Parts: sequence; C-alpha cells; structure tokens
Amino acid sequence: MIPVLFGVTVIISSLIYLAPGDPARAALGNQADAEAIQEVRADLGVDDPIYVRYVDWLTDVLQGDMGTSIVTGEPVSAMIAERLPATLELSIVAMLITFIIALPLGVAAAVRQYSWLDTGSMIFAIFWLSMPSFWLGLILIFLFAVQWQIFPISGRADSFLTLEWLSYLALPAFAIGARRAGLLTRLMRSSMLEIINEDYIRTAKGKGIGSQAVVYTHAMKNAMIPVVTLVGLQVPLIISGSVIIEIVFAWPGLGRLLVDSVLRRDYPVVQAIVLVYSCLVLVANLAVDVSYTYLDPRITYD
Amino acid sequence: MKRGTESVADGTVADPILEVEGLRKYFPIQGGILNRTVGNVKAVDGVSFEIGDGKTLGLVGESGCGKSTLGRTVLRLHEPTGGRIRYRGTDITDASKAELKRYRREMQVIFQDPASSLNPRLSVGKIIREPMHSLTDWSREKRHARTVELVEEVGLGTEHLGRAPHELSGGQQQRVGIARALSINPRFVVADEPTSALDVSVQASILNLLNDLQAEYDLTFLLISHDLSVVRHSADRIAVMYLGKLAEVAPTDRLFESPKHPYTKALLSSVPRAGPERMEDRILLEGSVPSPENPPSGCRFHPRCQEYIGPVCEEDEPVFEEVADGHRCACHHYE
Amino acid sequence: MLRERIRTAGINLKGTLRAIRDSKVPARVVQSNAGLLGVALTGTLILVAVFAPEVAPHDPIAQNYDATNQPPSLEHPFGTDRFGRDVFSRVIHGTRWALGLGISILVFQILLGVTLGLVAGYYGGLVEAAIMRLVDVMLAIPGIVLALAIAGMMGGGIFPLVVALAAVGWRGFARLVRGDVKSVMEDEYIEAAEAAAVSDVRIMLRHVLPNASASIIVYATLTLPAVILQVAALSFLGMGVNPPTPEWGAIIEAGRDQLQTEWWISTFPGLAIMITVIGFNALGDALRDALDPKQSRPL
Ligand SMILES: Nc1ncnc2c1ncn2[C@@H]1O[C@H](COP(=O)(O)OP(=O)(O)OP(=O)(O)O)[C@@H](O)[C@H]1O
Ligand code: SF4
Ligand SMILES: [Mg+2]
Repeated sequence: MIPVLFGVTVIISSLIYLAPGDPARAALGNQADAEAIQEVRADLGVDDPIYVRYVDWLTDVLQGDMGTSIVTGEPVSAMIAERLPATLELSIVAMLITFIIALPLGVAAAVRQYSWLDTGSMIFAIFWLSMPSFWLGLILIFLFAVQWQIFPISGRADSFLTLEWLSYLALPAFAIGARRAGLLTRLMRSSMLEIINEDYIRTAKGKGIGSQAVVYTHAMKNAMIPVVTLVGLQVPLIISGSVIIEIVFAWPGLGRLLVDSVLRRDYPVVQAIVLVYSCLVLVANLAVDVSYTYLDPRITYD
Repeated sequence: MKRGTESVADGTVADPILEVEGLRKYFPIQGGILNRTVGNVKAVDGVSFEIGDGKTLGLVGESGCGKSTLGRTVLRLHEPTGGRIRYRGTDITDASKAELKRYRREMQVIFQDPASSLNPRLSVGKIIREPMHSLTDWSREKRHARTVELVEEVGLGTEHLGRAPHELSGGQQQRVGIARALSINPRFVVADEPTSALDVSVQASILNLLNDLQAEYDLTFLLISHDLSVVRHSADRIAVMYLGKLAEVAPTDRLFESPKHPYTKALLSSVPRAGPERMEDRILLEGSVPSPENPPSGCRFHPRCQEYIGPVCEEDEPVFEEVADGHRCACHHYE
Repeated sequence: MLRERIRTAGINLKGTLRAIRDSKVPARVVQSNAGLLGVALTGTLILVAVFAPEVAPHDPIAQNYDATNQPPSLEHPFGTDRFGRDVFSRVIHGTRWALGLGISILVFQILLGVTLGLVAGYYGGLVEAAIMRLVDVMLAIPGIVLALAIAGMMGGGIFPLVVALAAVGWRGFARLVRGDVKSVMEDEYIEAAEAAAVSDVRIMLRHVLPNASASIIVYATLTLPAVILQVAALSFLGMGVNPPTPEWGAIIEAGRDQLQTEWWISTFPGLAIMITVIGFNALGDALRDALDPKQSRPL
C-alpha cells in the first residue's frame, strides 16, 4: 500500500507538466501583473528541476502542508477539511443504499432462479447500469423535487442526522447507489447460486426447513466473499460517481471542489484532492483485505 | 554432498557431437510476502553424458524426473543453473542470444504434445516455414519448395499445407512438428517423448519415420521416453534418469543384458519381454517418486531400493563412474 | 483469483479460443435474444452514425430564432432548444461523436494496454513487476478523478479528453492481456519458436498476441459503453466536447437549466446514451457467451 501511495504521489506531482504554457499565467489570467505571476511560479516550483519540485511537494504533504490555493490564497488543507465530510457522508450513504437494494434482491433472485423476480432484477440491473448518472440525477430532480416536491432540489442541510439532513441526502445518494446496486445485485445472485448448488446445501435442502435456515446463513457468509471483493472495487466507482453527482446536486463536497479547481486551474488544490481520493481508495482496499480474514479463516496474510 | 555430483565426461563416446558435464537446472520456488525464493525444484542436478555423432541416446525415467528439463536445458531453451554444455567442441553454456542463433540452425526439438506445440492460429505451411524464415537466408521460393518436399517426406500431402493444426489427427500433427524441426537440416534433434501423446497404433509409424529420417539426414538424436521399450529399438545407448540425476548409462544391448543399477533393473522388469513371463522376476517399485525439491539424502533412490546395502546408501552419494567399457552407474553396490 | 476474474470480466481464454476455432461464433451471437438485440441496436447505431447527415432532417448547429424551445412535434420530433436548433438532428449527429470518440479512445487504450500487458507477460520478472505496479498505482486513483485532472490540466477540449480517458482506461487491458499472455506462454509452440530463434517481437506478434486476442475483443466491446458514458460525463462537466458541438453530454448540460420547462432537450440525448450502452453491453455479453458458452457472466 505504501509503495502504491508513493507511486500515486509521483503521478500527481507530474500532472502539472501537462499544463500547456505557463501554469501560473493560466491560473491567474492574462491581466495578472508580472510580480504576482513570478510569485506563483516560485510557489509552484515551476522553474525547479523535476525531482526538486517533487521532493519539496512530498515533504510538505508529509508534514500536512498541501500548499495554498492559487486562486483564493486559502490553505488547501483547510479547504479539503471543509469539504471532505460532505463527500464521505454522501459516499457512505450511497454505499448503504447499494447494499440495501442489492443484497436482498440478489439473494431473492438466486433462490427463485428464473422467476419474475430474477428476470426483474436483471432488467433492473441493465437499466441502471446503462443510465448516465448525471442524467439520472437530473431526472430525479425533475420528478421528485420539481414536479412532486418531495425532496429539496439541491444543496446540503446544515443539520446532521435529522429529517432535513436526510431529505437533502436522499436523491444524490440514491443516484449514485442505484446505479452501483445494479451490478451488485447480479454479482450477489451469481455468487449465491454457485454456493447454493454446492452439495452440502443440496443435501440440507432435502432434509427440511430447519436445517435450510442454518445452511442459508452459512451460504450467505460464503457468498459475501466475492461481494466484499466487489465492494473494494466499488469504492473507486462510487467516488467517481460522487464527483459528477455532487455537481448535479450542488453538493458542497470534494468533487465539486475538484471540478471548480480544475476549471480555475488551481493546481495545488487539484493535486491535493486527487491524493485524498486515492487515499480513500487505498484505505477501502485495506479494509476489504482485513474483512476477508474474518469471512474466510483460510485466507491468511503471512 | 559435493562428492560425486559432478562426474566428468571421460570420452567414453568416440566423436561426440554433444558433451554435457555436471549440468544443473533449478527452478526457484517463490513464496511468502515478498515473493522471495523459498526453495528450488532441482529438476536436473548434476548430469553428465555424451552423444556420438549420428547416434541416438535414449533417455528414460519416470514422469517428473527431469527428462524434459534436461532436453530443454541442453538446447539452452532453459538457462542452466550450473555445469557445461559443449556442442561440437564449442562451449555454448554461456553463449549469447546472437551466438546461439548459429547453433539453433543445427539443434532442433520435437515436442511431446503435438497439439500444444503447433500454433493454432497458423496454417501447417506457415508453421513448417517458421524456422527457415528466422534461421536461413533462403529465398521465398526455396522455403516453399522445401516445405513441399518436407510434408511429403514426413508422410503428409500438400493438401495439408493450408490446414489449421486442429484439423489434423494427433499423428499428423506430430508429423508437422517433425517437418518443422527438420526444415533447416539440423544435425542434432531432441525428441521429447515424440510418441507418448499418440495412439498406440500410430506410435510405431512415427518411430519408424524418425529412424528413416535419421538414416537419410545423418541425424543425432536425444530420444526421451518414459518407456524403455520405445527407445530400445532406436537408441544406441540408453541413459536412465532418476530424480534429476543419471543412474546408469550403457550401450542399449548391454543395458538390457546386464543392468547394474537397481532402478534400471526395476524399470527393465516391468518391460514386457518375448517368451514366457516369469512373474517372480518382476521387481515392483514401491512408493512414489520423492519430491525433487527435497530429494532423499545420500543415494536418491534409497527409499525405494530393493538392494539397499546399509547406512552408506543414506549417507553418501554414490559416484557416477565407469563399471565397464562405456557403462557407467551410480550405486554403492558397484563401487 | 476472484479479483482477477472480476477485473477481466470473467473471460476464459482457452475456452474462447476453442470456440473461435469452431467459427460458429456469429451464428451463436444472434441465437440469444440479448445477442439479437445487441446486433440490432449497435448495427442501427453505426448506420445512423455513418449516415447522420442523411438521417437528420435539420442542420444540428443551425440556429433558428423563429422556432426556439418548441416541444416535440412532427417537424421536430425531439423539439428544439433555446437557439431553435432541432434536438432530434443534434441527437442523431451525437451518435457520430459518441461512437467516433468512444472508438478512438478505445483504440488508444488498447494500443497502450495491450502493448504493456504483452511486454509484461512476455518478459516477466522486473519488467512485469514494474508495469504491474504502475497498473496498481493507476488503479488507486478513481477513474473520473484522474481523467478530470488530466483533461483539466491540459486545458479541456477534444484532444485532452482523448488523452485523459486513454490514460485511465488502458489499465484493464494491460491486466487482461498480461494474464492471457502468461497462459499462452505455457504452450509449447512458444518454445518451438524460441528453438527456431524467432525474434521476441515476432513471437509476441505472431504467436502470443493472436492467441490472446479473443478476450481482448470481448473486453473491448464491453468497455466501449463505459467509455461512451465517460465521454458524456466529462463533456457534461465542461471538460470535454464543448457546445455547440452536438455531443450528448454537452447537449444534456446545455438543457439542464430548462429541465422544468423544456424537458425534451436533456431527456432525449440521455435516452440515446442508454440505448447505446445497452446495445454494446448486450453485444459484448452475447459475444462472450458465444465464444465461451460455459462461462456465464456475473453481469
Ligand atoms: N518451468 C518450470 N518451473 C518450475 N518447475 C518446473 C518447471 N518445469 C519443470 N518443473 C519441475 O521440474 C521437475 C521435472 O520436470 P520435467 O518436465 O523435466 O519432467 P519429465 O521427466 O519430463 O516428466 P514427464 O514425463 O511428465 O514429461 C518436475 O518436478 C516439474 O514439476
Ligand atoms: S546406492 Fe544403495 S540405495 Fe542407491 S541404488 Fe545403490 S544400493 Fe540402492
Ligand atoms: Mg517431459
């Protein structure tokens, strides 16, 4: 994980070389005076050799200093600290929604294979998966906020864990979660099927209801292993989804800050946000690896 | 431990085309968090032999004893871990890729599994021409002419040239493999169990084909088999391999008449012989082949040996040495 | 192993090759309903893209201030936008942008991913370790985030969009190809080629790659819809194709503020994206099933 993170920092710090022309001028605009540009250039380390720039940046980041925004002059870490909770909140609730939809549906589809429920879940999955999430977001706003006025159009509540909080969170979290639930439902179904068809389950099925219940609990646990794997793979996807959904719903999270900063050419902010997102992914991967050992005692990391 | 592992090629074979000395090939076993090497599969562990020009050396042994690895290492298809390989007097153990290219023209290989040894996406003609393309400067016309000549020589027809390998039978596929190996007129060919994947009915015809081709092209063969009866009719000399080492080498007739090594005797007793079978003569090999990762101490055959002569077998490794003219054996019984 | 299976979309190389040799693949693809749907949808889309000027009744860019914000009608099946442009014609021309950009990006992804995966699998050792580490690193950065950062740093527009999505999407191909190459390398015809001193490049291109290509085709078909969605998303965010170009994501973004009143502007391009994605997914699924009947998709 550490070497990967190290690699991520190398990629992030080389992003600035993609900028055409003078990054300082690009950020400040053509009217900026020469002095301000020179200052920003020095701050960005544009004139230093690559490795000096990289080492400087990395030492700063390791000390918790992510630099200051070129545009607002604010410390980047403060900007991120302000936005991160909103993104975490949205992603976690989206993940919960994914599970709440996908687990029961996937299991039901497997147990009643080829029933209307199975077909229905398949169509459901294809439907959500093929929908652009930003478009889904717009449709949700149109229907639930404008037409029926059940939920607010956009933004985030000031309160936490209240009904108001939930009403603001509902649509964006659903827009991310429903899409991911499509895939998870199908995976849950096929991994459940694989296990149901194993011999010991078949035997138990023949024996009657009591043992069935026991075995299905056991089957669920086994079926969770591929699901947990998928969760690990979902995290970057949920994050990717949240970036766009934050824009659609004017959600004051990291994703919006990223898009705004990209549009404003605010390089230090962009670099820092990419780094934070990558850390989220790596931490999630680590959590997945740890939960394997709980789900399957045979897996050990020696 | 060291004693006896590296016997010396002592010129028992006149006019050798290939001399192998103390050849070793270990495959590292990776494991642990950092994928460190935690051990070695000692597939070939100190093997010495020579092959006379135009002769056939038969190499026999149970499955997994390292025959294929030996054959491939001799051709430098595997990088040797230790030892020396001399081809026509030149040491090719450390030859560079560019230098090797010269020898590739003279050294070829026929594989055990004809289906896997032919690229399924190429036609038979293209498969046969490949070595000519990379190893010769022959013109296109010459390559095509030679291909036609070859398919006929190996018992196929020109109608097969455009076909894909999977459209041929196993025997036909092996003929394609033989044509490919012979396309550039090699002098030395490793034939790695060329018949073991084939139906019994076609095995003999492939062996006969190899014999005919040997006579015609003056070829030298290293003929690998797990079956003594396969090499008996083709080989001038036979080497018996056990767990990465040679147990015995002798001229074919001599090996069959007076085998020395207990392992050879066991192998021979399982070969069906003409005449009334005498059951009491059969020696059954007990147990399975130990792992080449962790071979038994002393003589590697001792856990299964029926002539075990005492602690010396477990403690000292027997020297691979001459017991009679052109006959070498590694057993304490015959020191 | 399971992770590997999910990442490589469950494609079974050896089974696939066997099926190709049977060469009943096209017949098998259209045998299933999904396959038929996939072929029909993608076929239609390609035709529409090629003949967009003939299919579209109006110029997709021409403004007409006498007919702004008109609801769907016979004259304008998808209505008009605030500049009086015919949304139907814009959506039709959008097919060109979606398929054109999607396929170009896919080609770059394949070139990069296949080359690196091939080299990694063929040479193994340190080369492989380095390439696969790079893949791990790239996988740690969420796709859209990296694409946004790259496209944004480069200033936005079509070329940066292509570069950004190619840079993000090659990872999957590299992983897939590297695994397949390692399995192909176990076949003896590779050793036969080495014994004939065939050069590395020729072995890779003539022996390894053709035998690893079946799964690349399936994976590419399944990746195309994802790329099309990404193009639309980046354009929606203002980091891709810009108005007045009739790109679906850009059209949706332009109609976003009018959703309450002129719902048709954003709705129809969204449906077009859905249809495209469903079509290519169905085709990819059917292809995989046809190439390897035993392997069913976890979706
Ligand atoms: N590339 C490799 N990597 C690791 N181990 C290997 C490799 N090739 C062979 N081995 C091991 O080396 C030993 C000898 O294998 P080899 O294929 O040479 O035996 P063989 O005598 O040809 O057997 P067979 O009759 O089955 O062909 C075996 O234990 C095998 O598992
Ligand atoms: S050395 Fe001993 S154990 Fe080995 S073969 Fe000879 S008698 Fe048997
Ligand atoms: Mg072998």
